[in-house]
Amino acid sequence: MIEAVSVKQTEKAEEIIKTVRFKVLRYDSNGMTKPRVDSFEVPVKKGTTVLDGLHHIKENLDNTLAWRYSCRMAVCGSCGMFINSFPKLACNTQITELEADVINLKPLPNFDIIKDLVPDLSVLFEKHRLVKPYTMRQDSTELDSPTGEFFQSVDELERYLQFAYCIKCGLCMAACPTVATDRRYLGPQPLAQAYRYSADSRDEGHGERKDVVFSPHGAFRCHFAGACSEACPKGVDPAFGIQLLKRQAFMGALGLMRRKKASAVAPRVSSAKRLEGVPEAPKRTVS
Amino acid sequence: MRTRESTFWTWHLLAGLVILVVLGIHMAIMHLSKLLGSGGPEHDVVLWYLVKERSLNLAFAVMYVVLLGAALYHGLYGLRTIIFELTLSERAEKVISALIVFVGLVLFIVGSYGTIAFYVLKGSVGGSV
Repeated sequence: MIEAVSVKQTEKAEEIIKTVRFKVLRYDSNGMTKPRVDSFEVPVKKGTTVLDGLHHIKENLDNTLAWRYSCRMAVCGSCGMFINSFPKLACNTQITELEADVINLKPLPNFDIIKDLVPDLSVLFEKHRLVKPYTMRQDSTELDSPTGEFFQSVDELERYLQFAYCIKCGLCMAACPTVATDRRYLGPQPLAQAYRYSADSRDEGHGERKDVVFSPHGAFRCHFAGACSEACPKGVDPAFGIQLLKRQAFMGALGLMRRKKASAVAPRVSSAKRLEGVPEAPKRTVS
Repeated sequence: MRTRESTFWTWHLLAGLVILVVLGIHMAIMHLSKLLGSGGPEHDVVLWYLVKERSLNLAFAVMYVVLLGAALYHGLYGLRTIIFELTLSERAEKVISALIVFVGLVLFIVGSYGTIAFYVLKGSVGGSV
């Protein structure tokens, strides 16, 4: 009985609901051809994603079509593209949710094009690197030869957690109207990551990041359009992060910013007695 | 914890706050006095004797200079921001910053000189209506 239902469900999932037209912007930065738009008919089943549609084209219609992808589950951030004039991940966008019979696909705006739907994200990574997106501490000895784990409360974790979900897909940069006009503007992704580390209770690198983050093309150039937060496929709110950076700058300029002391190494608990029903804690990652 | 730009930007915010307060007072006295019952002039506020009366009042004179300074700083910093978004070279940005500082200072000196001179000379520089 269960098998019969399962087969029926599979058949239903395999059923072609409709056919949509993919209009794909084609361009090769190494070639001599001008940009053009190619059209492809793509059959749509329940749950078919834009990425599936592109695979259908590659396998059946035109094997020269280029795009970038890896994980197929909105984790790697590779398949960002401009889908019906909105930056989205192709793997995370079901065709039926677009409610359109024509799907316009273009590479992410605000980036140079390598080929077809493959943007050159190197500028994003360069800007990301500028904000020093890693933990910096005064006690480098502890960092180099750790004796334990740094303490962090749940509240301290909550201060930056959402920004740690960034997958560096570049959708926020593609959506940002300021990045579109000011190529030197750091942009939402690097700035949100600057906040992510500056807000981390284990970090003391705010002073080392400020010259870049609060430069003439840093956080102050954000117009707070909010397009970055709208575009983020992971629910990160970079626009909010940038406003928090601005608050840091404001308080810092007025001399009202509290000097942050990085959290210390958490003390080892050796004599504590585990309560009944509480499972054993996982082993320490640093011994 | 501060950079030069964060100081400029903080002044920009503070100048905005000053404008909000001073312009609010200006609007309440000059243009919305009937509506708010704030005791402003009944007649056309730009009549010479009324302008003279206000300009000889120290509080008004100070307010004019403060409003001029805040508005110039706020507006010119905003203009600089808009121009910087055109992705210029660093050299061009420096030239524009210097030009904006120069224009701002000249306008502030001219504007505040008029206000201060009028107050100091007790209005003897003007005509009469």
